[in-house]
Amino acid sequence: MWGAADPGASQPTVRDPRPRLDRALWRALGELGFFSLRLSEADSGAGLGLPEAVLVFEEAGRALVPGPLLATHLAAGEVPGAATGEVVVAAADGRLVEWMDEADVVRRGAEGAVPMDSVDPLTPLHRVPAPAPADPVAVLLTAAEQLGTAARACELAVQHARTREQFGQPIGAFQAVKHLCAQMLVRAEVARAAVYAAAVTAGRADIAAARLLADEAAVRGARDCLQVHGGMGFTWECEVHLLLKRAWVRAQRSGGITESEELLAAELVT
Amino acid sequence: MDLSYTPEEEDFRARLREWLGKVLPALPPKPSPDDWPARRAYDLGWQRMLYDAGYADVHWDASPTTRLIFLEETEKAGAPYVGAGFVGLLHAGPTIVAEGTPEQRERWLPPILRGEEVWCQGFSEPDAGSDLAALRTRARRDGDDYVVSGSKIWTSHAEVADWCELLVRTDPEAQKHRGITWLALPMNAPGITVRPLRTLAGSAEFAEVFLDDVRVPVTNRVGDENDGWRVTMVTLSFERGTAFVGEVVACRRVLGELAAEARRNGRWDDSVLRRRLGRLNAEFRALWRLTQWNVSEAEAGGVPGVGGSVFKLRYSHARQELYDAAAEVLGPHALDLASPWMLDRLSSLSYTIAAGTSQIQQNIVAERILGLPKGR
Ligand SMILES: Cc1cc2nc3c(=O)[nH]c(=O)nc-3n(C[C@H](O)[C@H](O)[C@H](O)COP(=O)(O)OP(=O)(O)OC[C@H]3O[C@@H](n4cnc5c(N)ncnc54)[C@H](O)[C@@H]3O)c2cc1C
Repeated sequence: MWGAADPGASQPTVRDPRPRLDRALWRALGELGFFSLRLSEADSGAGLGLPEAVLVFEEAGRALVPGPLLATHLAAGEVPGAATGEVVVAAADGRLVEWMDEADVVRRGAEGAVPMDSVDPLTPLHRVPAPAPADPVAVLLTAAEQLGTAARACELAVQHARTREQFGQPIGAFQAVKHLCAQMLVRAEVARAAVYAAAVTAGRADIAAARLLADEAAVRGARDCLQVHGGMGFTWECEVHLLLKRAWVRAQRSGGITESEELLAAELVT
Repeated sequence: MDLSYTPEEEDFRARLREWLGKVLPALPPKPSPDDWPARRAYDLGWQRMLYDAGYADVHWDASPTTRLIFLEETEKAGAPYVGAGFVGLLHAGPTIVAEGTPEQRERWLPPILRGEEVWCQGFSEPDAGSDLAALRTRARRDGDDYVVSGSKIWTSHAEVADWCELLVRTDPEAQKHRGITWLALPMNAPGITVRPLRTLAGSAEFAEVFLDDVRVPVTNRVGDENDGWRVTMVTLSFERGTAFVGEVVACRRVLGELAAEARRNGRWDDSVLRRRLGRLNAEFRALWRLTQWNVSEAEAGGVPGVGGSVFKLRYSHARQELYDAAAEVLGPHALDLASPWMLDRLSSLSYTIAAGTSQIQQNIVAERILGLPKGR
């Protein structure tokens, strides 16, 4: 039936209370070196580079770790306490600030920020009037998180397709479902190649390409995962919608996809 | 396909338009989607107004073209949606019209038309979704009653329904499509528990319904015992067919609003986005024409056929594209649930699942229209 689709429904719905940031988790991430990863050993960091950071952010994206991971990571070495996870840092990225109210420090042009009723229940959002300029490292690490989410969507879909039975067999036996899952994997693996390559070269065009492919893999993958879950995918209790909503949030960061597309188009004629 | 209207039809349109212009400004604001009792009262109140004005039975008795005009005009005017009345007006009602006894029609149809009783649809079960005929909720005959046990899931509006069109298994030995019966279940019968489920939009739109030795009089059976599958298929083709007419009109309106917003916020200068909206315009124009086509077919033939699957496949996809385009127009605002269209974006995600998934619709098109061999 068509009940949930009342086209006139325009009021905000039941909301969970505003999510709180888990400070203990934050310190634990700090201890693991999540934020200080790219600092030199002299600065009490791990002295690692972008490729390692990409792997770590991919895992965070897979697990949908909540919090301003990117802003705090980028602040390590600049904002005291950020590297260890003692201090939570939020920052304007594009037209958004994630986790502004929970942060100890808010960086970069968050003036005039207005709170929003965030579609992602695990990412509170503010909107800022003037867009903050895109930082290529932020774009790349965002792509890495998207990649992790894309991979997770594929895993969840495959797991469900193996076990859910209809018409006397696992739904994964139907080609329609098989093909959905196969495409999820194909998109995620192509994105992975692009993201890993960009992590090594750190070239602007490589990063832009990684971003486009990873955004698509995450958003499309989460959608297809929802479809494979049928009615269950449409519920709050099932984790699938969280993947999709987080992927939507990240797709708005750092100039969105338009900026990456323009950059890549421009590269063809220079 | 005849795209012209008769003078009587044009006259109907004019009268309806005039009436809508008079009554709509006085309507109270829409209640919050979480407040089910208020939603029920609001939707039934609107149905009552339609009844008093003589438009209540347009879904049943009017010609398909008149119904088309009705849905087009009410949507254009921004009239309330059928809402909590959906199953009664568009599903259980037509089923009872087609298959019920005179007593059953007398008992159930007038309260639906007058906006007094809400129906819900208890078809799906935890293990029987796409494979609806695998349903296991059991009804055993005991004197003049059926005694029903089992559970249903994804039952929209169950929290406020008076009646449930319930599919039960009456013959566990028979082939799976053959042992099913259609019953009208009073939702206040002892032994029924309703547990609301939350959708990804955060509201409780549907529920689980648990049935524990619920007694349903045999006189509540519509159609013959074990003939419920046939009874159901008649109305499912309707659900997949002309039930979305008003929504196509709504999508065309939203598209216009999107273009206006893009002009306002500067996104219109992005030629990629602008042309995307142009394409969607083509899409919804075509879907509207397809609707008219289906309606004129129905006018000739009575019951809508599998063509409804063609429509549903394309429409559910186009609707999702429309709200993706809305997100493009809004940019970061698209992450704000308070922005226009964003709750509709979330609910559009159910369109490729509810009332038969896109995968199932494609199987129907391939097998029943193209005649390709069965087997998945
Ligand atoms: C918003 C909403 C409202 C609803 N309201 C009602 C209601 O009021 N009453 C009611 O009875 N039901 C209702 N439903 C249930 C709806 O009809 C089912 O969710 C739908 O039929 C799918 O069943 P399922 O959820 O069990 O998914 P499954 O059948 O488990 O499907 C999972 C995936 O497998 C695929 N699949 C399954 N079989 C095949 C096949 N043979 N070939 C290819 N692919 C296949 C599906 O396409 C899907 O992608 C509602 C659902 C939603 C989302």
